[in-house]
Amino acid sequence: MIGLQIGKTVFRAPEVEQPEAPEETILSTKKLSFWYGEKRALDGISMEIPVRQVTAIIGPSGCGKSTYLRCFNRMNELIPGSNFDGAVEYRGRDINDGRVDPVSIRRQIGMVFQKPNPFPKSIYDNIVFGAKVNGMSADMDELVETSLRKAALWDEVKNDLKQSGLALSGGQQQRLCIARALAVEPEVILMDEPCSALDPIATTRIEDLIRTLRETYTIVIVTHNMQQAARVSDKTAFFTVGESGGGELVEFDDTQRLFTTPSDPRTEAYITGRFG
Amino acid sequence: MSEMTEAPRRGGVEALGDLTSRGPARKRRAIFERAIQAVLFACAAISILTTFGIVATLLGETIQFLRQVSIVDFLTGTRWTPLFASKHFGVLPLVNGTIAVAFVAMVVALPVGILTAIFLSEYAPTRFRSVLKPILEVLAGIPTVVYGYFALLFITPILREIFPQTGIFNVASAGIVMGFMILPMMASISEDALRAVPSGLREGAYALGATKYQTVTRVVVPGALSGILAAVILSISRAIGETMIVAIAAGLQPKMGFNLLQSMETMTAYIVQVSLGDTPQDTIEFQTIFAVGTLLFLMTFVMNVVSDWLVRRFREAYE
Ligand SMILES: Nc1ncnc2c1ncn2[C@@H]1O[C@H](COP(=O)(O)OP(=O)(O)OP(=O)(O)O)[C@@H](O)[C@H]1O
Ligand SMILES: [Mg+2]
Repeated sequence: MIGLQIGKTVFRAPEVEQPEAPEETILSTKKLSFWYGEKRALDGISMEIPVRQVTAIIGPSGCGKSTYLRCFNRMNELIPGSNFDGAVEYRGRDINDGRVDPVSIRRQIGMVFQKPNPFPKSIYDNIVFGAKVNGMSADMDELVETSLRKAALWDEVKNDLKQSGLALSGGQQQRLCIARALAVEPEVILMDEPCSALDPIATTRIEDLIRTLRETYTIVIVTHNMQQAARVSDKTAFFTVGESGGGELVEFDDTQRLFTTPSDPRTEAYITGRFG
Repeated sequence: MSEMTEAPRRGGVEALGDLTSRGPARKRRAIFERAIQAVLFACAAISILTTFGIVATLLGETIQFLRQVSIVDFLTGTRWTPLFASKHFGVLPLVNGTIAVAFVAMVVALPVGILTAIFLSEYAPTRFRSVLKPILEVLAGIPTVVYGYFALLFITPILREIFPQTGIFNVASAGIVMGFMILPMMASISEDALRAVPSGLREGAYALGATKYQTVTRVVVPGALSGILAAVILSISRAIGETMIVAIAAGLQPKMGFNLLQSMETMTAYIVQVSLGDTPQDTIEFQTIFAVGTLLFLMTFVMNVVSDWLVRRFREAYE
């Protein structure tokens, strides 16, 4: 019996292999490479992200996890001198196609950042910001309430929606940012180390939230915390820095299998803490 | 048991012995340190004492003045004729002229300055900014007397071409050129405020599907608002205190009203006029410049304090 313990979470390899239903892919990259100027950050990454599941990306610092994530909503093109090769597809469509509007991509594919970044505006205005810039004609009061409820923040702030988003605690700010992302009704939410600036209690709340959101949304989460990846994700990708100096994909599998029976010795070394 | 705990402590004291130095070398160093401190303190004291000296002189002469003219007459009177036989000491025409010129200056400097700042901070490619910023700083380094003659010899003729009723000396021309003079400061402080808005906020806006224009107008500029406001107040304060341009181009006639094409006298221009003239000292005429100077000082002082407070509040918001 193969078992592996990470912190307090004990994984066991499934005793019986269950027949798997074919998964629907929502996002994929094909031989995606990326450069910041001369510096290579990604090296030929091909990966398929399943719909309505949580996909975690783990790997040592500087291996290109954030870069990879930001390719999905074309945030990287805001960086002068950056360059890419290969394809990023959203529902089978190349998002870097000249006819695709990055603004509409970002409306379908939301993002939550490492450092909570609420706008210096009221909670209410933070939530309706996306709806307003996208010209959505929803009932704004209702949108604010449903978004805050989905992000499990409503009960804490419902009495004072006019207070500044900056007046909230770090964990609340991050949930506000999640609520803000949910308010534009995206299909996918990209999260770049959403808990790294938070204390353990706030982290638990965000993790609970991710598990709830999984029912309706596709989530791709970058994390440094392997227990977190194990706790919240269905699939896990392990990146490392390759010989070219750019990040490459070592292994991508069901989370449970990757943590219990990694097929690559580098993955095993990383998850057992001997590397990175 | 007690021996066991004592042994390492003795070792600790011995180790510390190596770090303490005694004797003349140490004493010399202490004297040196103290001398440096004294010199630095003296230098700081000079600037503080000078400021106090100036303020004390201003106030002293102003009190002398206010013994002869009631403060109500001074602050509310609409005729300013201290140099004439029939003397009136109502300072409002000078305040009127000062505000009129500052108003024109701000009409030029405010929009152009803020738009320049937005361009530099949000739109300009790095290489372009590295060229434009030094040019703006050169603009700030031009002596104000040059601006004054530029107003008189270049802007005024153009104005007279367009509006024939324009006087040789007029508020508009001085104000426009003063606007150009203030522009670099306005743009530079506003740009600092815009750049201090964390890039995370811009990314947050883009990630929600905002366009660049929406990001700038709805997140960056509102986020920098108190910093921009501080730039505006500081610019107004600078416009009120500016002397050379108005003395050359706006004329020396204390007048009430809103006609920007006519000549008006500002508070600063009046002070120059009397200081350079042959008004004997210790007369009420001479004391007027201290009274006007005190008023000017109070106006700019309050504005600088407010702008300082705004800047500090702005900084706290993002820490
Ligand atoms: N804006 C940038 N300009 C230049 N190089 C960059 C930029 N952003 C990232 N890099 C480089 O690209 C490589 C990958 O960076 P990336 O941020 O994607 O790594 P990461 O896996 O997210 O790391 P971490 O775990 O520390 O967040 C790093 O070597 C980094 O130095
Ligand atoms: Mg990262």
